[in-house]
Amino acid sequence: MVLKTIEGHLRQLESESIFVMREVAAQFERPVLLFSGGKDSILMVHLARKAFWPGRVPFPLVHIDTGHNFPETIAFRDRLVEETSAQLRVGSVQASIDAGRVKEEEGPNPSRNGLQTVTLLDTLAELKADVALGGGRRDEEKARAKERFFSHRDRFGQWDPKNQRPEVWNLFNGRRNPGEHFRAFPLSNWTEMDVWQYIAAEEIELPSLYFSHRRNVVKRDGVLLAESEFNRLLPGEAWEERTIRFRTIGDATCTGATESSASTLDDIIAEVAAARETERGGRSDDKRSEAAMEDRKKLGYF
Amino acid sequence: MDLLRFSTAGSVDDGKSTLIGRLLYDTKSIFEDQLAAVEDASARRGEGYVNLALLTDGLRAEREQNITIDVAYRYFATPRRKFIIADTPGHIQYTRNMVTGASTAELAIILIDARNGVLTQSKRHGFLSSLLGIPHILVAINKMDLVDWSEERYEEIAADYTSFAQKLGVDDLTFIPISALLGDNVVDESERMPWYRGSTLLHHLEHVNVGAHRNLVDFRFPVQYVIRPDQDYRGYAGRIASGTIRPGEEILILPSRKTTTVASVDTFEGPLDEATAGDAIALTTTDELDISRGDMIVRPLNLPSADTEIDATICWTSEQPMEANTQYWLRQTTRETKAFISRIVYRIDVDTLHRDEVKQFELNDIGRVQITTAQPIFFDRYQLNRETGSFVLIDPHTNNTVAAGMIRGEVKTVDDLPPQKSEEVLRPVSPDVVWEAWNIDLAVREARSGHKAAVIWFTGLSGSGKSSIARALESRLFEAGAQTMLLDGDQVRHGINGDLGFSPGDRTENIRRVGELAALFFRSGSIVLCTFVSPFQADRARARGLVPRGRFVEVFVDTPLEECERRDAKGLYARARKGEIAHMTGISSPYEAPESPEVRVETVGREVDDVVGELVVRLRDLGVVR
Ligand SMILES: Nc1nc2c(ncn2[C@@H]2O[C@H](COP(=O)(O)OP(=O)(O)O)[C@@H](O)[C@H]2O)c(=O)[nH]1
Repeated sequence: MVLKTIEGHLRQLESESIFVMREVAAQFERPVLLFSGGKDSILMVHLARKAFWPGRVPFPLVHIDTGHNFPETIAFRDRLVEETSAQLRVGSVQASIDAGRVKEEEGPNPSRNGLQTVTLLDTLAELKADVALGGGRRDEEKARAKERFFSHRDRFGQWDPKNQRPEVWNLFNGRRNPGEHFRAFPLSNWTEMDVWQYIAAEEIELPSLYFSHRRNVVKRDGVLLAESEFNRLLPGEAWEERTIRFRTIGDATCTGATESSASTLDDIIAEVAAARETERGGRSDDKRSEAAMEDRKKLGYF
Repeated sequence: MDLLRFSTAGSVDDGKSTLIGRLLYDTKSIFEDQLAAVEDASARRGEGYVNLALLTDGLRAEREQNITIDVAYRYFATPRRKFIIADTPGHIQYTRNMVTGASTAELAIILIDARNGVLTQSKRHGFLSSLLGIPHILVAINKMDLVDWSEERYEEIAADYTSFAQKLGVDDLTFIPISALLGDNVVDESERMPWYRGSTLLHHLEHVNVGAHRNLVDFRFPVQYVIRPDQDYRGYAGRIASGTIRPGEEILILPSRKTTTVASVDTFEGPLDEATAGDAIALTTTDELDISRGDMIVRPLNLPSADTEIDATICWTSEQPMEANTQYWLRQTTRETKAFISRIVYRIDVDTLHRDEVKQFELNDIGRVQITTAQPIFFDRYQLNRETGSFVLIDPHTNNTVAAGMIRGEVKTVDDLPPQKSEEVLRPVSPDVVWEAWNIDLAVREARSGHKAAVIWFTGLSGSGKSSIARALESRLFEAGAQTMLLDGDQVRHGINGDLGFSPGDRTENIRRVGELAALFFRSGSIVLCTFVSPFQADRARARGLVPRGRFVEVFVDTPLEECERRDAKGLYARARKGEIAHMTGISSPYEAPESPEVRVETVGREVDDVVGELVVRLRDLGVVR
């Protein structure tokens, strides 16, 4: 017989997330888990394995691939999928562009974050998904602070922050009319610190991008952008090798790096504890306007 | 490190956003980019200081309207504890949000502006917090800087609120004088209020006892999901709602009532020796039984109630008003069944705590109802178990969550009397008095007397014939061996109510006392006959609320005014017509006729004996006498 290693708040958060995931599996017919490759979605997969053990995770992982990935992300994803014997479905933004569903942004580092929404909704429709589990947390951003665990979307995938179903006690209402679907956020009550502490306590493996390494970057609008085939230099800029790591992993064109020498989980926890900037502070797309996130959510962004 | 979930409530401008901003700021939970955004926004709004309130004012629409409109969750941690704040707005139209935020909270912070003192809203917040079973209430008396850090003002507000809170039965009530704007007593001790010797707000939050209200006694395990990877394994997954469980223990499955034994308590990490309330586990059993989602696993000697008739307090959360006899989905634990609201008992005015009789509930209404479910649900009273005592109603057409409910118990049959404890909320109570259970059970008294206790309430105009009928009925019952008591208007106004006149206020007080008297005689096992004009619906409803359902028999003696005036046995009508009597019901004061009395009798052209005969038949039907 074993004793659980994690205690206190982490154990409560874990148990709450498992409860939400099981509730999703029970209340919906075709759930999917949105997998971005970042630590939050890796944590989601970890918790999903726990929730349904010794059974298999009863839903596929869906990756909305902007085509602008760090190679490490894809390698890690494929390994995780193999290990958990989960199903993987990839929705490709490139394919949406090729099909003329969306139009690529102009400019030196066109972000595909805005375009993801269309690919996501198309992919969900294709899979006939009635709920998509996401790793969103309420502490990430002001607009998320009011998000429910079970977040209702209308037929057009839109979120109406003023007309949310009240979520009382632990009673989640996933009833829906045909054509409507939900987002479910089992990590709602976790903070960035909780996630790191839990990853450390559970020894969850993460992509190397999270740990400090040397890489070519360029500083633009206060954000450190990494060299990749998708980021072109503007006149007057030059690549410069620095010791960096990533605090979030997303589209390579807009995910900023942080200068850091944190090479272990303990280093990272110490860094997070001392941090003076939110994770998303490093994402250039969130900087565009104070209400940027809210606008994207209303449109169906995860 | 443990976890405390708390809610905050205050009227607009009491400083709630500022307080939360202050807590986040002083515990270093705010990042530079967030702070920069707020500094920016403050500057754009032309404010001369960094408005910490902007840190927490969520959505754009709200920012535009300059108010908070929904529940928002905030997070911060100190080395001792992680905190989850459910930030809920306090204005009336958002009672729904307060209920949402408070439903999972273990502590509520109620803000009071020191300049304004205890407002109606402050009481409403306290009432809702206690209704939702929040064990700790912290009243933060804010803006002390604007009242010169006055100890006297603080004491005055604390005393005011304490006297109100006594009616609510709050276990733990704490007052802290603060200035959210300047930070005094929020995180750091105030040097400007040396007279205050208690802890700072954060210190209190860090040290208040958490989890004390968790029910560790009654094992309740609602089955959430069945894990069945192959033929050899069948695990019932769920989160333990209350109590503890170990392998080898005998269990009973509801609704099948089959018993078996726990084979293992499984988790991903391996089997456990013991699991407790809050743990997400999977149970396996020694026998193969058919168990599915919505079933509840319990111990054979500790069963929850199982019923289709439920007595509950609900908060209506939908713009769409309640519809009588509409089928809703009722979701409680992991169980879902069709249900309808079979009776609206009353609506509570959250400001005055008065009960109103209404036909339906609208958005933000709170009150007591009876619900009939298609399938039995397995529950405990909300006060004993928040997890198994709560439910929501879902509209089958829109799928919206239209009500949040707290179970008070099963709807008792006449033979099965509920304890009246929860009623105390609405009755005045002397300071420092604790309710004690009745010494001799009513059922025992009734067994001896051979009839049920009941209150028979005669209402009608003066001269309608109430007293003659009641007197004759009492004699008939008494002769048959019943234990009876008659309370008559003229008698109680000698003595116990001799201090009251006939103004509407005094009339209400008159009936209130009579209702309480009747309830006491009722407790002695008597059939209590009350004859009072009792013109106001609300007053009668209150008297009705003091005895169990089915035991209050309202008899409307429906004699037309002209007839009463013609009889005028006491000459009152004649005097009222001459203007000698103020507030004469029917002449210069209204009579609100009962809408659905148990019995309505007409008297014109009838003998008293005939009416009494009819009433005896009704009492038999109601099971009061044999
Ligand atoms: N002088 C003083 N003003 C305060 C204090 N707390 C809040 N305020 C001010 O009261 C107003 C309303 O505060 P806010 O936090 O927005 O109230 P909310 O509506 O309850 O969130 C703002 O102008 C605050 O600056 C305090 O302790 N002292």
